Amino acid sequence: MINLTINGQQHELDVPDNMPLLWAIRDVVGMKGTKFGCGIAQCGACTVHLDGVATRSCITPVSAAQGEITTIEAMADDPVGSKVQQAWLDLGVAQCGYCQGGQIMNATALLKKTPKPETQEIVDAMAGNLCRCGTYNRILAAIERAADKEVSS
Amino acid sequence: MSQSDDTLLLANVSRRGLLKGLAGASALLLAARWDIGLANEQTQFGAGAMPGGWVDNPNVFIHIDANGLVTIVNNRAEMGQGIRTSLVMVAADELGADWHQVRAEQADGDQDKFGNQNTDGSRSMRHWYAPMRRAAAAARLMLEQAAANQWGVSVDEVRADIHKVVHPSTGRELSFGQLAEAARELDVPGRDSLVLKSDSELRFIGKESGLINGELKSTHPKAIDGEDIVTGKAIFGADVDLENTLYAVVARPPVYGATVKSVDDSEALKVTGVKKIVRIDGTGQPAAFNPLGGVAVVATNTWAAMEGRRALKIEWDNTSAGDNAVYTSKAYRESLEKAAQSPGKVIRQSGDVETALKEADKRVSATYYMPHMAQAPMEPPVAVVRVSAGKAEAWAPVQNPRATREGIAGLLEIDLENVTVHQTLLGGGFGRKSKPDFVIEAAQVAKAFEGQPIKLQWSREDDIQHAYFHAVSVDHLEAGLDANGKATSWRHRTLSPSIASLFAPDPKHKAGFELGMGFNTMPFSIPAIRLENPPAPAHVRIGWFRSVYNLPHAWAIQSFAHEMAVAAGKDHRDYVLDLLGPGREVHNLTVGDGWNYGEDPEMYPIDVGRMRRVIERATEEAGWGKERAKGRGLGLAFHHSFVSYTAVVFDVEVDDSGQVTIHRADIAFDCGPQANPERIRSQMEGSCVMGIGIALQNEMTFQDGVAQQSNFDRYLLPRMPNAPKVVRVHLIDNPDDAMGGVGEPGLPPVAPALCNAIYAATGKRIRRLPVGDQLSA
Repeated sequence: MINLTINGQQHELDVPDNMPLLWAIRDVVGMKGTKFGCGIAQCGACTVHLDGVATRSCITPVSAAQGEITTIEAMADDPVGSKVQQAWLDLGVAQCGYCQGGQIMNATALLKKTPKPETQEIVDAMAGNLCRCGTYNRILAAIERAADKEVSS
Repeated sequence: MSQSDDTLLLANVSRRGLLKGLAGASALLLAARWDIGLANEQTQFGAGAMPGGWVDNPNVFIHIDANGLVTIVNNRAEMGQGIRTSLVMVAADELGADWHQVRAEQADGDQDKFGNQNTDGSRSMRHWYAPMRRAAAAARLMLEQAAANQWGVSVDEVRADIHKVVHPSTGRELSFGQLAEAARELDVPGRDSLVLKSDSELRFIGKESGLINGELKSTHPKAIDGEDIVTGKAIFGADVDLENTLYAVVARPPVYGATVKSVDDSEALKVTGVKKIVRIDGTGQPAAFNPLGGVAVVATNTWAAMEGRRALKIEWDNTSAGDNAVYTSKAYRESLEKAAQSPGKVIRQSGDVETALKEADKRVSATYYMPHMAQAPMEPPVAVVRVSAGKAEAWAPVQNPRATREGIAGLLEIDLENVTVHQTLLGGGFGRKSKPDFVIEAAQVAKAFEGQPIKLQWSREDDIQHAYFHAVSVDHLEAGLDANGKATSWRHRTLSPSIASLFAPDPKHKAGFELGMGFNTMPFSIPAIRLENPPAPAHVRIGWFRSVYNLPHAWAIQSFAHEMAVAAGKDHRDYVLDLLGPGREVHNLTVGDGWNYGEDPEMYPIDVGRMRRVIERATEEAGWGKERAKGRGLGLAFHHSFVSYTAVVFDVEVDDSGQVTIHRADIAFDCGPQANPERIRSQMEGSCVMGIGIALQNEMTFQDGVAQQSNFDRYLLPRMPNAPKVVRVHLIDNPDDAMGGVGEPGLPPVAPALCNAIYAATGKRIRRLPVGDQLSA
């Protein structure tokens, strides 16, 4: 049995130790906001917070996910997360939307650590999150907006 | 092939007169028609010519409940282009609905009821704008009639306001919710009784909102699914959650057309959670939308299924794959380059190119290569299917629900009526999900689990290795210039495997619709033109990729026009404006294109004036002609596709190590009337980034028929650092022409504009995509 704490709730799961957290969240717990994109930590669609740190759930075995796990479903209740979400809506960032949960999780982790990041810091921090629709310019602008910086692009 | 008279091309001829008077027009249409049953009969054009046509019955699309909640049905696939928002917005505006009381409902796959649902070809808005406005105008008139009936007055005395109907002379009013039930009982008014709102009465259509070139307009962008997306609630294919679901993955033959020789599943069955191993028969070549065959592993969760697949020991049999099993990209490229040296099937000619080339003062020649690419939408293919009591129900992110139903019905040998397809949001499509093979494959597995839902998930490796690949291409061009550098002749040979090879024995030549994507429709005014298409065989599944064959055609033509300008010692912009000649309308039939994206050439000619205008606008906005620092340069390209016009200028810097920094992109775009400018801008921005990936990174290669890239570690896509630092989208205000496409036409000029900018910055000419490490070598 594996115990996971997801968005403050305890879950006792009968899954193998090596099951990636992504599949435990999606298929076993049944929360669908965390997305499968690549399975090798190359795209960031599966990003969750583990004790506040942006973590790729697709390569994190449940046995290593012992801490507070936070997913996109809980961001509306997070002061930074909700600000990021609002900036996303204000600027119409999303196209298909599939990667955006992971983008928001990564951006929120960045702003919690660095509330006023330089533009280059944002670009570097977001480089691991793919968006095939190509919404990068709006993602960058939304993060700057959420950080109360001038929209720069 | 068409003989086009140069004077005809240059004259600004009457569209109608030309269509009626053109000798042999019907023969041209026949010659250009795709003869394997997928193209439309060209007896009519536009939405009416699509399978299922259009529907404008308000009772199909608009429902209002007693509380006034307006539900508008969206019948097209939402894959990021924003059509769910934009079409609903169009109807809500015409209806007079309060946006806060509007919701969208996604239509199930039912073309008899909802009209054409194949979301493809950048057609959704241009085919559905008018029907949705008519449906909403009819609903509005029914609400007005219901109010008039209740008040016992003539309908002429009442008028609809926002979410209510008023009787101005008495000040009485009734809300849409109060009128809904009575309005529903009324007959749908005839089309001739409808009066659409004037532009000044519109609140949403054509109105800018949201982020405009770095400025946030106070009007919030409308996004039907926005909140659900940012909170993780939006439902994509894999998010459909049915009780008792089993999860499946499939091991597919690595080589196109191969089969399973033997499988040892003993270890796979030992994996915790694995329930069953199911053999899937492939249907051989051509594959069309049929599954590739292989071995399915079915388990209690996706991870267990993947682990089970890893434990399978499969021996593949390449016998039926034929020479696909020796398909190797480098050798194939060389074979196409060699074939490009010899004449091919003549597609279009005017004048005597060979003589003109011989007599030219200067000859320019170049060969361009664009590799296979995988669409790689962020959501890999996935489907949930349940087969029960002779019926099938599917939940899937598909662009073409009709083809999905037909495929499942055919596989299960049941009637179409017994197949239901629920369309989820698509986590990107880009053409990949216009092929419903993954849903039919899920049905094949579900067949073995009567009554139990099967969620069949493709891994990223599955997606990239078994894509319907964008066609690899070689384009060879040669031009003759006179002493002043002016072009006297143009010969273009284009070679690519055809998408038609998916559906019929490999024709080895491009189909009419493929040539019509910027090859024979090339608008330059040159005395001698000869366009040829030598053969190129297909060895993998070739499929639509956003903007399709416009990609190689624009890449080659726009790169070569720049090379000609350089050879002539002329400014690139001035040179191409001269090559285009004066503003005029070129009828598609005069250049041998009987396809024209399915549109009436009278309404949608190739408009050189519009082409010139986007070039002028993009270059002006980019500061064309100003001196640039060393290592920095501007590059231009433009293209007409999906009956819209795009020009792109990049401002690029290349450092000594070959690192490309894109300082700015200026995109000028003319799609005629704009329904939702906010989403048009987002499509241009996204196309720009995707095109940068095509220029710099995307490449699929094959060795002995096996894809050599399988995930984002080696199949490289653009990331935030690759995006331009600044993107400026300049929408041409042009309400007078017919509406054009938006989702695809932004893409074709991006890669050549970027490579032309790299040349301007470095003097290095890119003729083989992607750029990769060519600048650091």
